Amino acid sequence: MCVNRISQQIASKLKGAVALTHPLGCGQFGLDYSYTVRTLSGLGSNPNVYGVIVVGLGCENISSELLAKNISKSNRIVEFFDVQETRGGSIAAIEKGVKLGKKMIGASKEVKREPFDFSHLTLGLECGSSDSISFISANPVVGIISNKIVKLGGTSILPEFTEWIGTEHLLTKRAVNIEVADEIRSILNKFLENAKKLGIDFKNVQPTPGNIKGGLTTIEEKSLGTIIKSGESPIQGLLEYSEKPKGKGLWLMIEPGLDIESMTGLAAAGAQVIIMTTSRGSPCGNPISPVIKVCGNKRSCDMMTGNIDIDASSIFTEKTRIENIAEILWDKLKATCNGEKTKAEYLGFDDLAISRVNTLLSILYDR
Amino acid sequence: MPKHLDNFIIMHPDDNCATALKDTLPQTELYIKDRVIVIIQFIPLGHKIALIDIKKGDFVKKYGQIIGKATRIIKAGEQIHTHNLKSYYLEVKKK
Repeated sequence: MCVNRISQQIASKLKGAVALTHPLGCGQFGLDYSYTVRTLSGLGSNPNVYGVIVVGLGCENISSELLAKNISKSNRIVEFFDVQETRGGSIAAIEKGVKLGKKMIGASKEVKREPFDFSHLTLGLECGSSDSISFISANPVVGIISNKIVKLGGTSILPEFTEWIGTEHLLTKRAVNIEVADEIRSILNKFLENAKKLGIDFKNVQPTPGNIKGGLTTIEEKSLGTIIKSGESPIQGLLEYSEKPKGKGLWLMIEPGLDIESMTGLAAAGAQVIIMTTSRGSPCGNPISPVIKVCGNKRSCDMMTGNIDIDASSIFTEKTRIENIAEILWDKLKATCNGEKTKAEYLGFDDLAISRVNTLLSILYDR
Repeated sequence: MPKHLDNFIIMHPDDNCATALKDTLPQTELYIKDRVIVIIQFIPLGHKIALIDIKKGDFVKKYGQIIGKATRIIKAGEQIHTHNLKSYYLEVKKK
């Protein structure tokens, strides 16, 4: 993080390169340490990445060497160096990075595009800036796509566990075995208890005043509309934040429902594409995985046309069937896999944030 | 699969509520097969109405699932919201 600007300057001089920077301190500990290592290693290992240059400062506890070692397990070109070990400081480090990058770009030209089927695809399922409209339009559309990916032998990941609350009877029924069902039950049951211990009354948290104004009445109604993005596929298991699925099919990721952190975790888990439903309109993207925006709200589609990839509002205005919008989204997903840019990519929106376990700190500082 | 009606959508065949696809005025008539439901009050986009008379204590279902328990009688065509529906999940959790 102390070399963020150096990484950005290197990337700005290399065609097709992105700088993965993050703003939080280098002395990570506890769960925040493992989240950061797993996320940065995972982002570098995502199938969308050809090669990686890990730039370190030299004194951080997550070393460039450690990240390079983790990323190299995914069989791709990895270089690493520390700025404090580079004579000439940051200017020399930028030159070094650009030189390494140019070499990588040259080598990448040898790689030939090959066709692959959907069993190789990992899809991230996200929703953000939602309202009651999403839950009867864009979210059911995404559910159809997730089902289809799983049926074709692919992988799909549903994050945002705080929005599964009230639906454990459904999620546990879809679990592939009793252990997975128990895990789902345990995390959701304990959540309300743990929140209470921290002085949070969940009744006042969900649904939000905006949700209620939009017509959502209860927590279970909101969660049902959220998990519909995962269709009806069996649930293979729970993943920790940024953890890679251990097999194909649908997986749940334990992540507390924050869009940028969530999509960073999905990309780190290997999602090559993320579909995000957004009813009020969210512009955010991801540096590694293209984000396809699906919006069911006519007003938002009109107001933020430069941010929305799939306009699902004809479900309301023309009674278009949800299945028909799903066909349009399926075509967009295929086009995105084949390199067509999403709106967030055109705009260069490369939001990245690693989830933090803030509650741990609040306990440490408790006096 | 969800079923479109005039101005409303039913998310699952088991549901006893429908969700407004646009702001709907009172007295609007809603045709379901051979039945006619008259909308009782103004229903904003995204809000729910009862498809049948619902007794106090009955479950309200959307997506084919329980979304809460009626806290009073809800007539067919009447709005369902925080004034007549509460979370069943949080009630069970409290026990």
